[in-house]
Amino acid sequence: MSERRKAWLFIAPALAMVVVFYFTPLVRVLWVSVSEPALGFDNYAMLFTSAPIQRVLITTARICVFTTAITLGLAYLVAYVLTHASPAGQRLMMIGVLLPLWMSVLVRAFAWVTLLRREGLINKALISLGMIDEPLALMWNEVGVTIGMVHYMLPLGILPLWAAMRSIDNRLLAASRGLGAGSLQTFLRVFLPLSLPGLIGAGVLVFIFSLGFFITPAILGGGKTIMVAEYINHTVHESLRWGVGTMLATTMIAIIFALLFGLSRIIDLRTLFGAK
Amino acid sequence: MEGAVRPTGPTRSLGWLVICFLVLPITIVFPVSLTDRRYLSLPQDGISFEHYANLFGNREWLGSIGQSFYIGIFATVIAMAAGTLCAIGCWRLSTRASEFVRALMLVPIIVPTIVYALGIYRFWVDFRLLDTYTGVIIVHAVTGIPYVVITVSTALAGFDARLEQAARSLGASTWQTLWRVVLPGILPGLVSGAIFAFIHSWDELVVVLFIASRAVFTLPRRIWDGINEHLDPTMAAVAVILVLLTVVLLTVDLTVRRK
Repeated sequence: MSERRKAWLFIAPALAMVVVFYFTPLVRVLWVSVSEPALGFDNYAMLFTSAPIQRVLITTARICVFTTAITLGLAYLVAYVLTHASPAGQRLMMIGVLLPLWMSVLVRAFAWVTLLRREGLINKALISLGMIDEPLALMWNEVGVTIGMVHYMLPLGILPLWAAMRSIDNRLLAASRGLGAGSLQTFLRVFLPLSLPGLIGAGVLVFIFSLGFFITPAILGGGKTIMVAEYINHTVHESLRWGVGTMLATTMIAIIFALLFGLSRIIDLRTLFGAK
Repeated sequence: MEGAVRPTGPTRSLGWLVICFLVLPITIVFPVSLTDRRYLSLPQDGISFEHYANLFGNREWLGSIGQSFYIGIFATVIAMAAGTLCAIGCWRLSTRASEFVRALMLVPIIVPTIVYALGIYRFWVDFRLLDTYTGVIIVHAVTGIPYVVITVSTALAGFDARLEQAARSLGASTWQTLWRVVLPGILPGLVSGAIFAFIHSWDELVVVLFIASRAVFTLPRRIWDGINEHLDPTMAAVAVILVLLTVVLLTVDLTVRRK
């Protein structure tokens, strides 16, 4: 048997499993969206006619934009400090990034609930300090959802940014300083442009993960602030409207792949997922 | 001219402040789990281990932990076997086709889980696998494969391919080369891959909400119900156990990788 043949035999089991048990059900979703309740694009027309769906989409878009912007700002800061930290500092900071990344998303949402709810620890502390009289509404609204989402997305933004910054040649910065540029100028005109592809990549990645995020928004939104993933769950589980649910799912996939296609024209996608 | 644009003091402090924002909220579950009250709060007149006693005396919680562990182990073994072979196959080929396979493996990470959950629900209705261990294990294994492929591929990128060629030219068979040369050479990557695959299954909620209901009631499912229905401090005790498990797994991973 040739070497090529053998290599394909190695690949075959995983490929077969993913095609049969992942891609087939996924294609099924696309099919249901144009065949239930009736064959055609009626479900897709709801994107333009249904007020509740439009409300959910606008809420989702707003939360995703805010989450991505805040996450990118904070992640850039952390990645920048991380890149220039001492080896010991780097190790400690990395633990601070990886620990939440590996932590159960439910545990993280639960921790935020204990902190943010009306009788939560933050409100209690502020009241006992006399800073407020009435508890603040910190969850079951967009504020709570955004806090929880930024907390979830930060490691996912920091890691690709850090990878991008590490690959910046230090000699370029030294050259800029040597030629008389100040440190602010060097940052703005050398470091920032060189880190821009990483910033765009991390931004698209965070935005995509935010778009379809279910658990944290559902818990911290408390049924009051509803994003598209929770709406899909509700449509299918409670009102059994599979056509509408799969239509929204398909729309989400279309948006995500359009974003990735756009991104692939700017940077090599494989670097983003650590596959290269 | 090392560090020509070193961050200034205030920038560094802000960076560490963000790290605190990442880590500190999670630590709140420790004091809350020791509260002497029956509701979520900090300990008031002393600490109590009552909520841990509740947790370990509760058949439902223990049952769910056992189920999640059982599913996680099986899913990890399957994902590791298939994913590692796939990564090695792609690494040996290094053609456009194998690059395509690797790109295909990224799709399950990118597509929101809720989308897949809809599809696999319909699929399992046909196969009569709803609410079965088999159904959940297959799903967790298949969606865990991409994490294994990425981690093992990264490890292989740092592995000297000439070692493999040397083994082959000295007369070792394909399997001997695999077991004696390649796999030991990428052991840290394998450990990481296995931990990733396990955590992926252990933590997975969205698909389970769709394809499991009574017979299979995993730990994330029970936590989810707990958060939505009765927020009692037993939840904090569960959270503490999960935090400690994560710390252990992360420590194992960092130790193995530093060697």
